[in-house]
Amino acid sequence: MSGEVTKVIDQKTLWEGGRSPFSVSYGKMMMWFFLISDALTFGSLLGSLGFMRHKYIDTWPISETIFTHFPLTHAHLPLMYVAFMTFILIVSSVTMVLAVEAGHRMDRKGVTKWLFWTVIGGVIFVGSQAWEWSTFIAGPDGDITTWADNATLTQNFYGRGFGADNPIAGPVQYSQFFFFVTGFHGTHVVSGVILNFIILLNVLKGKYEGVGHYEMVEKVGLYWHFIDLVWVFVFTFYYLV
Amino acid sequence: MKRDDLIEYSLGAGHSEEEGKVIRKKIWFVTALLSIVTLVEVLLGVFGVGMGIPPIVIKFAFIVMTVAKAGYIVMVFMHLGDERKLMKYFILLPYAIFILYLLFLLFFEANALVPTLLS
Repeated sequence: MSGEVTKVIDQKTLWEGGRSPFSVSYGKMMMWFFLISDALTFGSLLGSLGFMRHKYIDTWPISETIFTHFPLTHAHLPLMYVAFMTFILIVSSVTMVLAVEAGHRMDRKGVTKWLFWTVIGGVIFVGSQAWEWSTFIAGPDGDITTWADNATLTQNFYGRGFGADNPIAGPVQYSQFFFFVTGFHGTHVVSGVILNFIILLNVLKGKYEGVGHYEMVEKVGLYWHFIDLVWVFVFTFYYLV
Repeated sequence: MKRDDLIEYSLGAGHSEEEGKVIRKKIWFVTALLSIVTLVEVLLGVFGVGMGIPPIVIKFAFIVMTVAKAGYIVMVFMHLGDERKLMKYFILLPYAIFILYLLFLLFFEANALVPTLLS
């Protein structure tokens, strides 16, 4: 990032109008404002999760005993699937930052290539989440539910030490928070994929060649990285801690 | 209509082929770092308790690693580290103040709130 950001501006004239004292364009600044407000929403969700967890400290399930499923197998693989999902999201974040970098060089082919892989990564992530949800709701090993007497589950315990030998039911808040937090994040991923796809179409049409810069890629990139950022926290505070 | 979006900020963000090489190197470095930290987190989550590490240590290790990851994502991937200092604090400080205040409330007032809300 050279250019405008590193340009020396006389401190005396910095706030005298005619230029942004932050050296960013209007659109980028508004995206940051949006991200701050969105981050506050996620922050309060995870904060209230911690609150509930302390309320039910004795019966709150241990995540490693719940998230043990992997597609195509019934093997006991704690945290492996969610680690895979996290890795997918990190990689798609990397391809996004590479698209932004290519945009800074006005490399249309590069932007197209990396943005395409970003969209693919997002789709894989959403698909993985769909599988995870369906496994928990109705799968043969379905472990967690928001209803204590969910008849679709063969076993409806979602408590600590899950299993036939230790059927202590945990608080329903566990699964309510699970579906709400990951669902809210998943909604963000879906809208992020749609935004990335629209921008990809614009790049293919050559719109930003005409505009003279690829800042729009950078703006949706900020949103996409934010999704990755939120997932890093959801991963820690829901699946790990 | 006169636009308030000044185009020189968008144009000024560009860089040359040589600068791009350095930036890409940094991106791949951060990628490796994030992947390794995630791997360590998962291994600690699966084997940590079995190895006899105290749970409180594991929890704080998770939080430290998460904040480190978040820092790299915000500073490098979101390019906040390359923005003007003013911009950086303008984004980070209000958020940090509000969220720390919220956590303070939750952790220190929970004893008073829980019976009221849930009993």
